[in-house]
Amino acid sequence: MATAIKDGTKVWQRRDRKAQFATWGVYLTGTAIFVYCWELISEKTTWAFVWDAPAQAGDLFARMVPPDWNSIHGLWWPIWDTLNIATLGTLMAIIIAVPVAYCAARNTTPSVAFVRPVALFIIVSSRSINSLIWALMLVTIIGPGVFAGILSIGLRSIGFCAKLLYEAIEEIDESQVEAVRATGASGGQVTAYGIVPQVLPAFAGISVFRWDINIRESTVLGLVGAGGIGLPLNAAITTLAWTQVSLILLLIIATVVAGEWVSAKVRHAII
Amino acid sequence: MRSIGYGGGPMLRIKGLTKRYRTGDLALKGIDLDVPDGQVMALIGPSGAGKSTVIRCINRLVEPTAGTVMLNDLEVTTLGRGELRRARRRMGMIFQEYALVERLSVMENVLSGRLGYVGFWQSYFRKFPQSDIDEAFRLLARVGLDHMADKRADELSGGQRQRVGICRALIQNPELLLVDEPTASLDPKTSRQIMRLIKELCAERKLSAIINIHDVMLAQMFAERIVGLRVGEIVYDGPPENLTADVLTKIYGEEDWSATIRKVDDEAAEMEADEVIPPELPLPSRDRMAGLT
Repeated sequence: MATAIKDGTKVWQRRDRKAQFATWGVYLTGTAIFVYCWELISEKTTWAFVWDAPAQAGDLFARMVPPDWNSIHGLWWPIWDTLNIATLGTLMAIIIAVPVAYCAARNTTPSVAFVRPVALFIIVSSRSINSLIWALMLVTIIGPGVFAGILSIGLRSIGFCAKLLYEAIEEIDESQVEAVRATGASGGQVTAYGIVPQVLPAFAGISVFRWDINIRESTVLGLVGAGGIGLPLNAAITTLAWTQVSLILLLIIATVVAGEWVSAKVRHAII
Repeated sequence: MRSIGYGGGPMLRIKGLTKRYRTGDLALKGIDLDVPDGQVMALIGPSGAGKSTVIRCINRLVEPTAGTVMLNDLEVTTLGRGELRRARRRMGMIFQEYALVERLSVMENVLSGRLGYVGFWQSYFRKFPQSDIDEAFRLLARVGLDHMADKRADELSGGQRQRVGICRALIQNPELLLVDEPTASLDPKTSRQIMRLIKELCAERKLSAIINIHDVMLAQMFAERIVGLRVGEIVYDGPPENLTADVLTKIYGEEDWSATIRKVDDEAAEMEADEVIPPELPLPSRDRMAGLT
């Protein structure tokens, strides 16, 4: 115990001797592992390449400037596709995530034993597969294009939205729900009056937040053929058209910044 | 439609009410309690005595383990889901911490008391009958909040919120009010105003009420009858005047009660001296309530 009696006075220390030794032991082991791993990585690294890296980066950068502004006309359509993939994918995810979240939340699920595990499984499987992997699979199933992109963004986002939403549902103030129930309201009315108003701000926040993430995610989907700005990016990289690559990167940055600005505004308006 | 207690019997009759929670705790040990028509009764007792469980077993927000609850001629304890919802319309409930839906407006909160009477879509699109809306405005005016109808509930002060809670309970047109610690989060002055309001409204509408309350003095000032609960059993049932130090010790345990008892007498006298409550209040009484905010 941290409290002990020494020479008749009660003394207090944060840890007793045993806990103190254990703490030191943990730090010592951690340091040892770090040093060992450093050694291991260092052995397997071709340092010549690493020392060469700044020169290579500088070279690549030189080939990227100035961006090829003339090719921008061909990019409006792909970037519009990207925005649509993000927006429609998010929309699809929300529509599916709401009932899933309702079934997953402990306090609203119709059955803790049967329905809830199914809902949780949907959430976990959706969350554990990256949208790029979804896209890879969907392109082989339904062919390349924007639709595959929308589906992969949607499938990836269901779990994210449903998880955050069901956590919000579980955190509601039950006394408000109880008060609505006490009036003789039906189950649907209890949901509409007691639960929905409480989770609405969280719901809106989650949706906008996911849309913001999806704009970033949808920029890479073209790399596997699922439409959007990733398609010309992939083409530019394979043809070594570095000035076009830099332009596309600038365009992606601009889009993401705009998306974040919009989502910040919306979230600010809700909360 | 309000049905008046039949045959002169009690409007609420509780028999052998027992509740054992899933944790194994026996919260109520076979309570027998009759509440006559129009009686305002205070239920006092230490925390954990089972006060909240009693009133939640009456409208079955908590399912009783055993025993019966009769509301006039209706046995509440055996009702199916739909019938239970219809029975709940006859029992208005007022909560500790108000339990208003914070993000809905005052009007929506009051109208939510009518949810048992309207269909889902009607309530979803907020298309309540004009008669309900009239009644909501009437009640809000009665408690001095008719100018607040469009405010969001979380913009209101504690006393205002509890008055909205009272309107929500009354718009159900209940026969019985179940009141759970109505003053637990209010300051002493607002607490009295809220208790007085509940008492007046019960008198106006000839309602019975069961009021769970921690504050012994408030209970004595505003209730006609006091029931003392201790670890799931009724240990006192009688008029407020008979609440002696011995009785309080029986309910709450050993403590020096002399100050509590003396103070009540003083305050009751003081109240009669400086406050004249008109028996029938003219509407709207906002001026009278203006001081509450």
